[in-house]
Amino acid sequence: MQKTLVHPTSPKPLKDTAVPTGKVVITPPQGLPRIDWRELLAYRDLFYFMVRRDVQVLYRQTVLGLAWAFLRPFISMILFTFIFGRVARVSSDGIPYPLFSYAALVPWTYFATVMQTATMSLVTNSSMLTKVYFPRLVFPLTPVFSKLIDFLIALLFLPVFMVIYRVPPTPYVFFLPVLIAIMAATAAGIGMWLAALAVQYRDVNHASQFLAQILMFAAPVVWPVSLLTSRFGEDVRLLYGLYPMVGVIEGFRAALLGTVPMPWDLIGVGALSATVLLFSGAYYFRHMERRFADVA
Amino acid sequence: MSRIAIEVENLGKRYRIGLLQEEEQDTLGGALLSWLKAPLTNFRRLQRLSKFDNGDEADVIWALRDVSFQVEEGEAVGIIGRNGAGKSTLLKILTRITPPTTGRAVLDGRVASLLEVDTGFHPDLTGRENVYLNGTVLGMTAKEIDRKFDEIVEFSGVARFIDTPVKRYSSGMRVRLAFAVAAHLDPEILLIDEVLAVGDAQFQRKCLGKMSEIAGEGRTVLFVSHNLPSVEALCARAFVLDEGRLVFSGPSREAVSFYLDRQVFGLASGVDLRHHPHRLPGDREPIFESLRLLNGDGVETSSFAIGEPITFELKMNLGEEVLDTPFITIAIEKRGIPICALTTRFMVARPFLLTGLATARCTWRPGWLTPGEYTISRVTLKAGASAERLDHIDEVLAFEIVERDVYGTGKIARRDTILVPDGTWHFF
Repeated sequence: MQKTLVHPTSPKPLKDTAVPTGKVVITPPQGLPRIDWRELLAYRDLFYFMVRRDVQVLYRQTVLGLAWAFLRPFISMILFTFIFGRVARVSSDGIPYPLFSYAALVPWTYFATVMQTATMSLVTNSSMLTKVYFPRLVFPLTPVFSKLIDFLIALLFLPVFMVIYRVPPTPYVFFLPVLIAIMAATAAGIGMWLAALAVQYRDVNHASQFLAQILMFAAPVVWPVSLLTSRFGEDVRLLYGLYPMVGVIEGFRAALLGTVPMPWDLIGVGALSATVLLFSGAYYFRHMERRFADVA
Repeated sequence: MSRIAIEVENLGKRYRIGLLQEEEQDTLGGALLSWLKAPLTNFRRLQRLSKFDNGDEADVIWALRDVSFQVEEGEAVGIIGRNGAGKSTLLKILTRITPPTTGRAVLDGRVASLLEVDTGFHPDLTGRENVYLNGTVLGMTAKEIDRKFDEIVEFSGVARFIDTPVKRYSSGMRVRLAFAVAAHLDPEILLIDEVLAVGDAQFQRKCLGKMSEIAGEGRTVLFVSHNLPSVEALCARAFVLDEGRLVFSGPSREAVSFYLDRQVFGLASGVDLRHHPHRLPGDREPIFESLRLLNGDGVETSSFAIGEPITFELKMNLGEEVLDTPFITIAIEKRGIPICALTTRFMVARPFLLTGLATARCTWRPGWLTPGEYTISRVTLKAGASAERLDHIDEVLAFEIVERDVYGTGKIARRDTILVPDGTWHFF
């Protein structure tokens, strides 16, 4: 038995604990929600173990294991190459269609998976929700990190395809971390919005699948942005860039394949709206959080 | 004067119960219209789950109302009350799982709760991995778990299987590991809700020991339980909650007798169940009509001699509804200790149908129970594939078992055991 409390009347505060040791005042929720950064920081180990659990559990009892991380975008690539590349003959900015679509599918698969997992996260973990207190933001934010592993594995295969198709990368590959950050922020923002909504309105779970599909065709995954601007003019470009995945996907292609010059305008506008999504999502989540235990 | 560890002022919690019943439509046009309007009405109903207009609506209940108390540092306080009295709601507010509607609570010190110990356990992960996951869920840091890991494993008694996935554990092993993690939180304030119901007798003793150790170390314990003897044993002071209000606070022995006096409205041989005060609120019309107790001669009575069979006659009004082999359960307790549950679920081999005004009669041969007061703690009716709850009443009535000279010696065993032994001695 660890005798951390030496004297019964003067409990020493425990240093290495996430639970607050001072006074906790519990009152009915009032006013605007607040994001408790210190508390989130205190629970970082929980965060780490939740992410680890996600990664460890995902491919247990599968034959192919981690290969799925590559297979999912790869199978989509084959399908899209056949449908959009061969049959519909969609333009691919002069790059072989498989490479063109795989470069987009790597970030897209991450985004879609995080969005759907985050949406479901509170409902699937409702047993934890009603029994223990810890910052609820951990739930939708866990997949944002755990799915990065899958993303990186899928990304590692991109150079393989680039060698096969003899497409050299551009020096802008060093900006990929920025694009990845925007991608993760967008996924986190949408994830928090949908997760908070899904607790009370289970419809969101059913709808998120379609939402993912709609968002995919709205993003330049199977077609290039140049297709849109050639039809509607350059004016719609920035407006379209408000959808953060546009800048991310076009940026991936520009940096890796050199299809177009680096689309800084799209990336800039996208980063801005991703930030808005991230913070509004966090505040909306905190606002709804007060009700989770009662309606879950 | 000692420091105050828990201070609760006018704490209240309001819930909306269930979703409102749908209006039934009997014309095709009406049905079509209501089907078209369904999304809108569903949306309103879902929204109402978390919105309150004035708090006096029919489907709003106060699970907790105007509860105030103080607990000094180092005190062990029990909370007793029947189902739905607000005990769990109180703990959920104190553990910050759900916010209160009114009032405030101040907790001074590190709080840990044992509401449901194995939260966050994942079946595919090993015991070791789950200790870390569960520990951080409960608020420990990885460093802290590193430090206590060996102790936790030793306490749990599953050391040999610590690197085996938890899904291969027996449920007892799982609970033991989970309790071991929770018991090593080193909290200053510990909130416990009936964990003692789990595990085998030996492990339960270990848990009780750990809890009194925690209490003895000058930490504050709030202990919610049905098990009145353990409340008396562990806590010096106890609160009684009834219908969300704090109705008694004082030494635990007095609290227990206050609770028993209040819960039992005198011994009764029968009771009208249509307007029973302890019916769990639900969306349905009450089904249970009455309950009568009959002795071996078929005479209605509230007192039975040791060993005498007891017949429960339960009348129900099912209206038009036809129930195919529903689960009817009558649970018996003595001072909060479950004695048995008479249930059609396991005791009836053949399917049966119930409809209209139906009567269920169950004859119980209780064996030689010690004399004293017994309560019918619960009568429930469940039906359908998902065993939907159709009616449920707690603390239905009390009856007594009276002494009989079973051995022909004029003496029987003491009253604080459960059974009067039915046995003989031989000498050679």
